[in-house]
Amino acid sequence: MLPAAVEAMTEQLLRVGNASSLHAAGRESRRVVEEAREAIAGALGARPSEIVFTAGGTESDNLAIKGMFWAGRDADQRRRRVLASAIEHHAVLDSLEWLRKHEDAEVTYLPVDGLGRVHPEALRSAVEEAPEDVALVSVMWANNEVGTVQPIRELAAVAHEHRIPFHTDAVQAVGMLPVDVRASRVDALTLTGHKLGGPVGAGALVLGRDTACTPVLHGGGQERDVRSGTLDTPAIAALAVAVSHAVQTTAERAHRLSGLRDRLIRGVLEQVPDAILNGDPGTDEIDGGPGRLPGNAHLSFPGCEGDALLMLLDAQGVECSTGSACSAGVAQPSHVLIAMGGSADRARGSLRFSLGNTSTEADVDRLIGVIRPVVERSRRAGQAGLRR
Amino acid sequence: MKLLAAMSGGVDSAVAAARAVDAGHDVTGVHLALSPSPASHRMGARGCCTLEDARDARRAADVLGVPFYVWDLHERFTEDVVEDFVAEYAAGRTPNPCLRCNEKIKFAAVLDKAVALGFDAIVTGHHARLDRGVLRRSVDPAKDQSYVLAVLRADQLDRAMFPLGESTKDDVRREARDRGLAVADKPDSHDVCFIPDGDTRGFLAGRLGARAGDVVDHDGAVVGRHEGTFGYTVGQRRGLRLDRPAADGAPRYVLSISPVANTVTVGPVARLDVREVRAGTPVWTGRTPPRLPFEGTAQLRAHGAVSPATARLTDGRLVVELHEAQRGIAPGQAVVLYDGDRVVGSATVESALLASEALTTGRSVGTAARS
Repeated sequence: MLPAAVEAMTEQLLRVGNASSLHAAGRESRRVVEEAREAIAGALGARPSEIVFTAGGTESDNLAIKGMFWAGRDADQRRRRVLASAIEHHAVLDSLEWLRKHEDAEVTYLPVDGLGRVHPEALRSAVEEAPEDVALVSVMWANNEVGTVQPIRELAAVAHEHRIPFHTDAVQAVGMLPVDVRASRVDALTLTGHKLGGPVGAGALVLGRDTACTPVLHGGGQERDVRSGTLDTPAIAALAVAVSHAVQTTAERAHRLSGLRDRLIRGVLEQVPDAILNGDPGTDEIDGGPGRLPGNAHLSFPGCEGDALLMLLDAQGVECSTGSACSAGVAQPSHVLIAMGGSADRARGSLRFSLGNTSTEADVDRLIGVIRPVVERSRRAGQAGLRR
Repeated sequence: MKLLAAMSGGVDSAVAAARAVDAGHDVTGVHLALSPSPASHRMGARGCCTLEDARDARRAADVLGVPFYVWDLHERFTEDVVEDFVAEYAAGRTPNPCLRCNEKIKFAAVLDKAVALGFDAIVTGHHARLDRGVLRRSVDPAKDQSYVLAVLRADQLDRAMFPLGESTKDDVRREARDRGLAVADKPDSHDVCFIPDGDTRGFLAGRLGARAGDVVDHDGAVVGRHEGTFGYTVGQRRGLRLDRPAADGAPRYVLSISPVANTVTVGPVARLDVREVRAGTPVWTGRTPPRLPFEGTAQLRAHGAVSPATARLTDGRLVVELHEAQRGIAPGQAVVLYDGDRVVGSATVESALLASEALTTGRSVGTAARS
């Protein structure tokens, strides 16, 4: 966590006062919350009233997907269809699957190209199959696994041609890419604290003033009657400090991390020439920003098992990720790579390297120094696993 | 040494890993995910396939301070253990899936991968002693698992470590409590791990479909009906649901199973007594095979009785003469040879020669199952 965010949080933790209470302590808390709301709105090009505080990205995604679906359907019974990219985070995908099972929703998954990008034309043709039955469109701002940035402004414009509300999960984007709610014209945007130096368990849904959304959590109606629950003033204060700082420093962070990332990719490909970089190569430009998340490198190592690579790198002090794991801890082949046209084998032999504020050149060079023997050993292990 | 500890989420494997850490080894914990969709929490901790077990294993590794990973072996397990189990029952035999899992998964697929990844050996919580390549029974006869390890060859045993062989189960539980391992009081796993509700007959019926047929007595008279031969095991007495009692009123037992004729044959207990078993190609646990004929003891099922025995090879197959008749020998089970408490080797039972007929017809149970 950003030290200034820790400081802001600690300061509030020592105070009492429910932000919804009318007494002096409550008013003081309320002031902190509203200043935080204004700061976040200012940083993201939104209005303060559009910031709905939540307990993080998963809650924001659930609220947007379910709430906007219900609101759309309530306004017009024909609106039972949701359009979303096939590479969304599970917070979106599983919410959609839940709506399909329990609310009779129809889900159209938008295809992505080999780099993991949704084309506005793909969205247009999916919408135009039956524009009147679409409740909402959801496409993430940047993919968490392969790092590809989506043309959000263009996608939102396509949805708006048919007056369909547009949600984006921008958990990966805020602080890494230029994110402006007004300029992008999205109707709802998910962000979370822990990806940008803020606390875990604090996030927000930026929800346009005119965007209808039915609550998921019922109770006191603290947040615009869309989200209930006593406001977590310390976390909200820290979130605001973190978001403001992350947005102010986006350009320099992106510059530093993309340099590290390119060093990592170049170094790994030199050591393991048949490794494959997945996602945008990082040279394209999308909406005035980079086409790939600056801190993301996602590589496939043919003939390797991701879990073996992870274990061997872990033992060498290099921490990385195989994508997602099921609740028992089994690494799952990435649905993102599969949607991009990769085979299950390629998906299984893939690793994501995430670079952040604490990453250094020395970290990257340590990986480059060990990757070749690790890959060789992992290949032998993969072959051993095949022996009868 | 660099050791891979297979951690099921149970108390035994947790303490085994702990002892390996204490002995100064570089230990990494691995939980084997064997079920394609791990059962939910509510299914409880009956086997080695549930989410709760994966969590318990991870928690134990945390307490020991060792790295922990989950390896997905569900495809191999399904193919080599579950499908084999179903096919064996379909063929009228009674398989031992734990033994198959040791042979094909833990000390083959997992061991091979571990060695390729740079590990020297694999540590498990099996109750058996292993000292300089010699496999012996556990000091706790009630928990001894040497029977299900008797399928391992010397090269596999060279890369295995069983730190619990000198301890009783009570010792292990006490030690787990002292070490602050939350699994100290976790119930023992039993039955078949991939049949969490314990209903083997229901599981097999789901896989093989009901196929009704006759239950006959040893003279061929029909005495009842069955829903599928796979629901029966040689030596079984309960759940036969026979229409009429035996002439002498004595209880009847399953004597043999023939999936081809789709019959289950029942008869008096005396006809279960077996004097000789014919088995497949043996696996010897030692670096060199024993001198044959081998004089020692034989055990024919997990936690079953032992009999003094003489074993010899006939056309490469193991023939074991039992000096004390054994009851209810099921084809498909392993015959394990012991020299005192030392495990010598094993083979899969193909047929058993009945004591009642050994001197007369030479007919044996189980031969039909092989046709």
